Amino acid sequence: MFSGSKIGRAAAWLALATALVLTVFPFYWMVRTALTPAAALYDGTTSLWPQGATLINFRRVLGLVGPEEARAAGGSGAHINFLRYTLNSVVYSGLIATVQTFCCAMAGYAFARLRFPGRDLAFGIIIAALMVPPIFTLLPNFVLAKQLGLLNTIPGLVLPSLLMTPFAVFFLRQFFLSIPREVEEAAMLEGVGPWGMFWRIVLPMSRGPLITIALTTVVWSWKDYLWPLLVGKGEDTRVLTVGLGVFLQQSPNRAPDWTGLMAGSVLSVVPVLLLLIFLGKRLVESLNFSGLK
Amino acid sequence: MNAVRPKQRDDRRTGWLFLLPVMLGFAVFYAYPTVRGIWYSLTDFSLLNDPAYVGAENYRHLIDDDQFWNALKVTAYYVVLNIVSQTALALGLAALMHRLTRSVVLRAALLVPWLVPNVTIGLLWAWLLDPDLGFVNHLLRGVGLDTTLSFNSPFWAMPLVALVNSWAYTGYTALLLYAGMLQVPQHLYESASIDGAGELRMFRSITLPLLRPVLALVLVVSLIGSFQIFDTVAVVYGGKAPIPETRVIYYYIYQQAFTYFHMGYAAAVAMVLVVVLGLLTVLQMRMLRASRSDLA
Repeated sequence: MFSGSKIGRAAAWLALATALVLTVFPFYWMVRTALTPAAALYDGTTSLWPQGATLINFRRVLGLVGPEEARAAGGSGAHINFLRYTLNSVVYSGLIATVQTFCCAMAGYAFARLRFPGRDLAFGIIIAALMVPPIFTLLPNFVLAKQLGLLNTIPGLVLPSLLMTPFAVFFLRQFFLSIPREVEEAAMLEGVGPWGMFWRIVLPMSRGPLITIALTTVVWSWKDYLWPLLVGKGEDTRVLTVGLGVFLQQSPNRAPDWTGLMAGSVLSVVPVLLLLIFLGKRLVESLNFSGLK
Repeated sequence: MNAVRPKQRDDRRTGWLFLLPVMLGFAVFYAYPTVRGIWYSLTDFSLLNDPAYVGAENYRHLIDDDQFWNALKVTAYYVVLNIVSQTALALGLAALMHRLTRSVVLRAALLVPWLVPNVTIGLLWAWLLDPDLGFVNHLLRGVGLDTTLSFNSPFWAMPLVALVNSWAYTGYTALLLYAGMLQVPQHLYESASIDGAGELRMFRSITLPLLRPVLALVLVVSLIGSFQIFDTVAVVYGGKAPIPETRVIYYYIYQQAFTYFHMGYAAAVAMVLVVVLGLLTVLQMRMLRASRSDLA
C-alpha cells in the first residue's frame, strides 16, 4: 500500500481524518441545535454540547404539543406535522422505487433478450430522452396534472416517475445483456415461456442490480423537491422536503426558528441513515461507474 | 447445400407487452410534454388562458432580457466553481482512500451528505452561516477575522452556494473515482515503488492517466447535474427569492412559470437549457470515445 515516508503517511491520514470531520461535524451541529432550547441559542453558540438539552423541538415539529407551548419554545405556533410528512415521503419514494424498478426491469429484459421489429428504435428514443433536462418536461407535466385534477393527490405526485426513467431502463438492459444466455437456453428447452423465464429465472438472478437501482431511486426520490413543491402543496400530500420549506416560511419574523428547523432536518436524515446502516455495504459497493460499460 | 436456416424468432406480442408500462410512462410523461413544451415556447400562456401562438416572440424577448443573461452568467459561474472544487477534492480524497484503506465504514460515512435532501443541506448551511448565530461566523470572529460569510453578500453568495454543494457531493464523487482507481492493477504501484517513485509521482504517472475514462465520465455527469442547481438557492433565502447574484437559470425558469405565470416564456428559457445541455452531451460522447482507457 502506501509507500511514502512516515511523515508523508501521517500527513495522508491526517488529511483523510480532516475530510471525515468536515463531513460529519455539520450533522453533529444539526443534532446539537435540535436538542437545544431556542432561548439558549443566544448564549453558548460554540459550546459543543447542547445547553439544557431538551426534546421539545422534536415534539413540536411532530405536532405533539399545542400552539401555546410551541410558541413558548420558539416556534410560530402554526400547525406543522412532520410525522405526516415523513410518512408521505416514505410512501412517495417507496412507491416510485418498487413500481419503477419492476417496470424498467421488464422493459430492460425485452430490450436485451426478446426480438421484435421496432425494438432498437424504441430503445434509441428512450435513451435520447436522457438529454432532456427535467425542468423542460416539468412545466407541461404540471399543466397536465392540473388539467387531470391530480394536483394535491398521491397519483399526481408519483405518476411522472412511477413507470420509468430512461436511466433505469438503460442500466437494467446493460445488466441483462451481461448475463450468460446458457441458463435461459436450458430453461427454454424445458418449455419455459418468456414470462416464466423473466419471473422465475431472470429476476432471481438479478437481485443485486435490482436492489442497486431501487436503492438509488429511493435516495433520489427522497431528495426530490421541485415537483412535490408544485404538486403536493396540501397537508395530505406534503413530503418532508416541502414540509421543511413551508416550515421555514412560517418562521416568526425576527429570525428563523433554527431549533425547530434542525429538528425537522434530523427527521429528513434519519430514514436514509437507517438505509445506509442496513444496506451500507451494498450501497457503497454499487457506486461503480467503471462497471457500467 | 441444404441450408437449414433457423426460424427467425419473433417475440412481437410478448415484447411489446413487456414494454407496455414503460412505453406508456414514456409517452405520457416524457414524449408528450416534450412536444407540448416546444409548443408552449411559441405561445403566450399564463396557465389561466389557452396558449395563444405568438411565433418566435418569446425567443426575441430572450435576447433583450438582462435577467435571463444574468441567470446564464451566474449559472456558468456556479458550475465552474462547483465542478472545479468538487472534482479536485474528490480526486484527492479518492487517492487517499485508495492508497490508505479499504474501510467500508469510512466510505459509508463520506456518503452521508449525498443521501440527504438538498433542501436539508441548504437549511443546515444557512444555519451554520447565519451572520449572527452561525457556527462558522462565530469561528471566524473567534480567530479575529472581520469577514462575515453570508448568502446575502453579493460577493460571497455564489462561492458559498457552490462550496455547500461541493461539500454535499464530494464524498459521492470520490467513491465513483475510487471505484475507478480499484481497476488500476496493483502491481504497477509495486514496481514503481521498487523503482523508488514517491506517492505523488505515482499519482501523476499511474493513477491519473489510467483513471482518465472514469474521470471523464464522472466529470460530464456532474457537469450536467451542476447546471440544474435549484433546491439550495430556493432554501437558503428563507423561502424568499434569491438575490440576483444567485438567481440561477433553473430558479429563473421556475420564477417565470410559477411566480409570474409566464409559462410560454419559461418554456422558451427551458429550451435554451435543453440546447446547452444537448451540446454538453455531444461533448460527453466525443470525450468518451476519445478516452478509452490505456488498460483496455
